[in-house]
Amino acid sequence: MHSDVLKSKRTLLLIAAGLALSFLVERSGLVSSYVLQILMYVGINIILTLSLNLVNGYMGEFSVGHAGFMAVGAYMASIVTVWVFRNSLGWLAFPVAILAGGAAAAGTSLIVAIPSFRTRGDYLAIVTLAFNMIVKSLLENIEALGGPRGFLGMNRLTNLVWVYVWCAITIYIIRNFVYSNYGRAMLSIREDEVASNLVSVNTRQTKVLVFVISAFFAGVAGALFAHLVQFINPRTFSIQKSTDILVMVYLGGIGSIFGSILGATVYTVLLELLRPLGVWRWVVGPLMLVVLMITRPTGIMGLREFLGFVPREERAERRKEGTAIAAASR
Amino acid sequence: MPLLHVEQLTHYFGGLRAVSDFNLDLHEGEVVGLIGPNGAGKTTVFNLITGVYRPTRGRIQLDGKDLVGMQSCDIVSMGIARTFQTIRLFRELSVLDNVRIGHFSQARYSVGAALFRSGPFRRQEERVRERAYELLETFNLSRYASSPAKALPYGEQRRLEIARALASNPKILLLDEPAAGMNPNEIDRLLETIAWLKDRFGLTIFLIEHQMRVVMGICERILVLDFGETIAEGTPDEIRTNPRVLEAYLGKEAS
Amino acid sequence: MAVILQQTLNGLQLGSVYALIALGYTMVYGILRLINFAHGDIFMIACYIGFFASGAFLARHLPTWAVFASTLLTSMVLTALLAMLIERSAYKPLRYAPRVSAVITALGVGLFLEHFTLATLGPAPRAIPPLLPAANYNMGGLTISSLQLMIIVISIILMLLLDTVVQKTMTGMAMRAISFDKTVVPLMGVPVDRIISLTFAIGSAVAAAGGILYSQAYPIINPYMGVRIGWWAFIAAVVGGIGNIRGAMLGGYILGFVEVFTPTILPSSTYRDFVAFTILLAVLIVRPTGILGRVAAQKV
Repeated sequence: MHSDVLKSKRTLLLIAAGLALSFLVERSGLVSSYVLQILMYVGINIILTLSLNLVNGYMGEFSVGHAGFMAVGAYMASIVTVWVFRNSLGWLAFPVAILAGGAAAAGTSLIVAIPSFRTRGDYLAIVTLAFNMIVKSLLENIEALGGPRGFLGMNRLTNLVWVYVWCAITIYIIRNFVYSNYGRAMLSIREDEVASNLVSVNTRQTKVLVFVISAFFAGVAGALFAHLVQFINPRTFSIQKSTDILVMVYLGGIGSIFGSILGATVYTVLLELLRPLGVWRWVVGPLMLVVLMITRPTGIMGLREFLGFVPREERAERRKEGTAIAAASR
Repeated sequence: MPLLHVEQLTHYFGGLRAVSDFNLDLHEGEVVGLIGPNGAGKTTVFNLITGVYRPTRGRIQLDGKDLVGMQSCDIVSMGIARTFQTIRLFRELSVLDNVRIGHFSQARYSVGAALFRSGPFRRQEERVRERAYELLETFNLSRYASSPAKALPYGEQRRLEIARALASNPKILLLDEPAAGMNPNEIDRLLETIAWLKDRFGLTIFLIEHQMRVVMGICERILVLDFGETIAEGTPDEIRTNPRVLEAYLGKEAS
Repeated sequence: MAVILQQTLNGLQLGSVYALIALGYTMVYGILRLINFAHGDIFMIACYIGFFASGAFLARHLPTWAVFASTLLTSMVLTALLAMLIERSAYKPLRYAPRVSAVITALGVGLFLEHFTLATLGPAPRAIPPLLPAANYNMGGLTISSLQLMIIVISIILMLLLDTVVQKTMTGMAMRAISFDKTVVPLMGVPVDRIISLTFAIGSAVAAAGGILYSQAYPIINPYMGVRIGWWAFIAAVVGGIGNIRGAMLGGYILGFVEVFTPTILPSSTYRDFVAFTILLAVLIVRPTGILGRVAAQKV
């Protein structure tokens, strides 16, 4: 018990240190604004990757339209800051806008969640794709939101501290969800949906829950993104964007928090480093995805987790895993 | 009143009649067997009772409550658990998690409690973990708790499937060919286990079996299905000597 | 009335092209249960091949009909080879992997083709020269162009040909057998690899024909053209019942009419994507296997 308190204090300290560091980096001018921008992209991509990993990696469903949720969040949050708050209140309005973006995205996720009761695999992939296209097409047609020209007028409210805070919240919430009754239900859907339903798991409720949480964080990422670039248009949230998120998920590893962080970081930084290649840079992502799928379809960390992201009471069993299998085979 | 009452259960697949006018009254503490040749519709009966398929016609009642049209998970939570003909464990998940997932309907805390790890979450999780370990202990599986289910030997996988089914605290256990793939020795042990299970957990058992030996050894009452029709019902002795059953099993020449 | 007839004709023309492309989606899905998301971009490549081929043939001062025929053939053959190459290098290693991996790979291949074309040939749109006679006939207010008729007629001939191949020949029988059962069929002496390659080849060759015909009606081509048309053809395949060849044809014409008639019902033609994808979503929710698709039973 004593050491538990000590350890949880250490975790809190680590999180606080990260916060302080992000504040320092943001304010001190230690890094160039270009590097700062990349760091923020990394953070936003971590949120996107983790949220998609929940559906694709942990639940084993197959969503390929994640950018659609991001779009809903981005537009909603921008509407809140520009129209509702009229760019007043500065950063005070920002959490409200972010939450509104997340909530709006979560609401629309039902369009995808409900068909998932009856269809899965490729058919659900088509549903999510259609969703992505419908969102993009609707935004292009709503003149009030700028139509194809896009929406602008947001202040640059996003900074590294906000990104850090939301990354930490996303990791914390998703980790808690994964290691709960609902999280185990989600894993059992991936393993065998019919059996899951037949050992008392309410698979429908679980699916809705997972889609809602996943979409919420995609919406949050969209809100942060919109207030970083200060200009959004429907084309930003195309299938291309969804594919980028898929690459990050499958690069880092399905069903792994650490994997998502790794995948988002490596991919974002890599694309920046490849900037000198010009248009050829865009060939890299798809090519990587194909090679990855053929050589290591579960990604670098596939289904494995860095113990730091496993709640303490679950760690004991994880450590024993190796030895028990050896014992079983004897 | 019977614990489980099934009346005129009928199911069609397209134009094909898989089960027709199946009737069953299952009383508390009974062990009843369902036998019949391959493709007779036995597993379909299980699937209808557990809500995998919605019957074309007929009624199913547990403790007087109608089950037709309910989701499988709700039927299971009300007290009907089952195993599968071919093992369907959550293969990549740990043995402990397999059993904890069976406890799904019993961990009663809200999503909010889960997301923020509040008091109810911790208490309920602790309870689920304890009960899962108890079950594993009972089935002599606790030393495998952290191994993935797929790493277990075949016999242990079968036991784990039963443990997982019992996690939902059922009144009735449906066993779908529990002796499949077992040698005579293992079958003897299985028969002991089933008898012991019934007493230890106060269960009513309804089982499908292909091998006569198993049903004869343990069931008080047997129903025989052939092409979806119930062709006989009675005690093991009555079934053994029933000419229609022999015919169904051995073909017409034998009768 | 004349307007409606005119639009019907336009719908038939566009629908023919969608149907030709939808066939590729549906054939590959039928045999491999793979949604070949790269198919739309294969169509785009076919148009580019057509662009360069027609240029080369025109430079030789052949008669126009010969240029058209040889452009069509060149594009069909080269596109088929490209599709076979893609199948061998990207899809075959994943044939027994989870289907999710294969579908994601297909998405990746599609984007790769797009960006590769963009990087090598640049974003500038190019125009394919007219190769089919474009005479207009007036019939009581209705304008029928010979081009339109040619597109519709050639498409229908190709579809009938394909339908006969699949229904009547040994190859077609093997295709249907593999789509039915991939594990047992090899034991019966069916060369699975070859049949799968052939399916990709035929599906893509038909899409290439669609591409050449399409670019006669709409001559401007660019690296992204495959995206929208690919998606529409894909929706056509799903609406008709993916895996079902006649379904793809039916779906193609439905989508052709949707595109043509959307502006007459909704305020602007920019709504057409919205309408198409909403139809897709509705079909998937109400009847996931499409209009002519079969419903598979769940196994426990």
